[in-house]
Amino acid sequence: MAVKKFVTGSFYDEAVLFPAVKKTRRAGYKIHDVFTPFPIHGLDKAMGLRDTSLHTAGFVYAITGTATAVGFITWALTVDWQLNFGGKPFFALPAWIPITFELTVLFASIGMVLTFCYLCQLAPFVRKDHFNPRSTDDTFVMALECTDKTNDEEAITFLKSIGATDVQVQYKETGWWLGRYDKETKRFERKEEAVH
Amino acid sequence: MALLRYESQVRPALVEGDKDYHQVTEDICRPVEAKPSRLWWIGFLISVAMLGFGILSVTMEVIYGTGQWNLNRTIGWGWDITNFVWWVGIGHAGTLISAILLLFRQGWRTGVNRAAEAMTIFAVMCAGQFPIWHMGRVWNAFFVLPYPNTRGPLWVNFNSPLLWDVFAISTYFTVSLLFWYSGLIPDLATLRDRAKKKWRKMFYGVAAFGWTGSTKHWQRHEALSLVLAGLATPLVLSVHTIVSFDFATSVVPGWHTTIFPPYFVAGAIFSGFAMVQTLLVVTRKVLGLQEYITIEHIEVMNKVIVLTGSIVGIAYLTELFMAWYSAVDYENFAFFQNRVNLNSPYGWAYYIMMGCNVLSPQIFWFRKMRRNLFVTFFMSILVNVGMWFERFVIIVTSVYRDYLPSSWSTYYTPTVWEVGFYMGTFGLFFTCYFLFSKFFPVIAIAEIKHILKRSGENYKEKMTEVERESTDEFVEKHGHDHGA
Repeated sequence: MAVKKFVTGSFYDEAVLFPAVKKTRRAGYKIHDVFTPFPIHGLDKAMGLRDTSLHTAGFVYAITGTATAVGFITWALTVDWQLNFGGKPFFALPAWIPITFELTVLFASIGMVLTFCYLCQLAPFVRKDHFNPRSTDDTFVMALECTDKTNDEEAITFLKSIGATDVQVQYKETGWWLGRYDKETKRFERKEEAVH
Repeated sequence: MALLRYESQVRPALVEGDKDYHQVTEDICRPVEAKPSRLWWIGFLISVAMLGFGILSVTMEVIYGTGQWNLNRTIGWGWDITNFVWWVGIGHAGTLISAILLLFRQGWRTGVNRAAEAMTIFAVMCAGQFPIWHMGRVWNAFFVLPYPNTRGPLWVNFNSPLLWDVFAISTYFTVSLLFWYSGLIPDLATLRDRAKKKWRKMFYGVAAFGWTGSTKHWQRHEALSLVLAGLATPLVLSVHTIVSFDFATSVVPGWHTTIFPPYFVAGAIFSGFAMVQTLLVVTRKVLGLQEYITIEHIEVMNKVIVLTGSIVGIAYLTELFMAWYSAVDYENFAFFQNRVNLNSPYGWAYYIMMGCNVLSPQIFWFRKMRRNLFVTFFMSILVNVGMWFERFVIIVTSVYRDYLPSSWSTYYTPTVWEVGFYMGTFGLFFTCYFLFSKFFPVIAIAEIKHILKRSGENYKEKMTEVERESTDEFVEKHGHDHGA
């Protein structure tokens, strides 16, 4: 998988990070990503990321759950094997509301979590390159991707000028591979471009 | 930027002490990274021993059948279903804290949600044991699922509250687990990146799913948490509603009550919060997390306890009123002869329930009591004793005297295996909780960092200074040029 060249800088305060992101985008650098230890509201907007469609996926899964429950119970109790429960109608919709509701929630939850893991490429034994291990502790790490046109020296000076510390050039994998965090061996690498 | 996040100074700080992001990580990871203390080992081994006795009790029941329990005609549901409902109730606080309070934007939930959610999952695991082993022929337990079979296929009865319960409990367990674990992933990544030892790198590396903290991932994570909270909110209310349907849809006097769903849900939150208090009062002390689970957190939860306890009290009185108002002899007999009458065989249980659930929580109207750790701990135990007796009263006193006096059952006392089974679930619960508190961060690290600049003590103090400054002073001191 592609090893690319990045210039990374660390920030310690959101108040510095936000203007820095804006300035970087205005200066025309390509922000590969900003790694943060906790969600920072508005950072996605500042970076120009589009909103996630995970909600929509959740809705589709929920509807699937509802349809599955109503469809299956209707078929089982009115078509496949009609059972007389105390003379009640075979199509006893009100009595099916609890199970319909539970399956709606179940499908939506499982579906959304799996979709989330797929989109973010998260799974056990998946390993990814990290720019700075402190980015899960207290450091906001901005990584600029170096293209053919990028002048490294200029990028480094620029990052320092907008308040970044610990600015350095790093060569990193952009995708994931199957591996463990205590070993450097790569068992299986994804060949095509990874989803960011 | 940070200064613009305004929060009223009336609200007390949720994180005490002079903390920055790194200090938060250090404080919460310390107990996970330290060697287990002697106290931990003692507690853990006692739990495992209790679990072992529980396994023995269940084994006896499986080998010799449910006859090992003192169930009889007409008490077909005794300790087992009482314990089932009790544990399910306890398993309501975690999802309530993490889902409903997330939707209500209650910042204090961040200090307690991770442990409460874990507790929920363990409690539901314990609850699930009772109906499963109560089946007797447990190897046929899968009959409750609608799978294509060679008997027709003969489907399960989708109109039955007992089947609704199967779906409700299993859905609740699954969703709680997903919600808990998806929130845990970023914190596990924190532990992974701090790990020095080989096995820690391996363990947390696998458990953290390769989380990096990318902004896009956080955006999706936030969306996921919000939607899961939205789904879990009606779910948590539905679960105990459906448990109450097990009783309410029957025609047994004492069970056949329309008030059951809200009454059960309030009771569940009541007992769940009590269990959270029991665990957290000890956990915060043992793990040294008093600055994150503060007296404020304890007080807020005590307020929830007095509220829900009083709702439960109103429900008890409403039940009595309705029994009288219905003018049905059987209803009257179930409530006024079998319960309220202190001289009836189980009258004592009714008054334990009333005393523990309705009267004793009223002590929390006093601020001093709400903020007293000993009172809180004692009360949390008392509430759960009371809530156990509530389920016992509902189940046993409704069925031990049938319509036909000749079939009135003899006095029901559990056998050692029934009690052992109940003890065993305590073993399971505490074994899981001890392992959780050793290997996972008991406080949501990322969420605490998220509220730190708004609700942290040192940041709030700086904010007070800012409030005192005039506008000109403020601009001069903190203003910076956004146009550059």
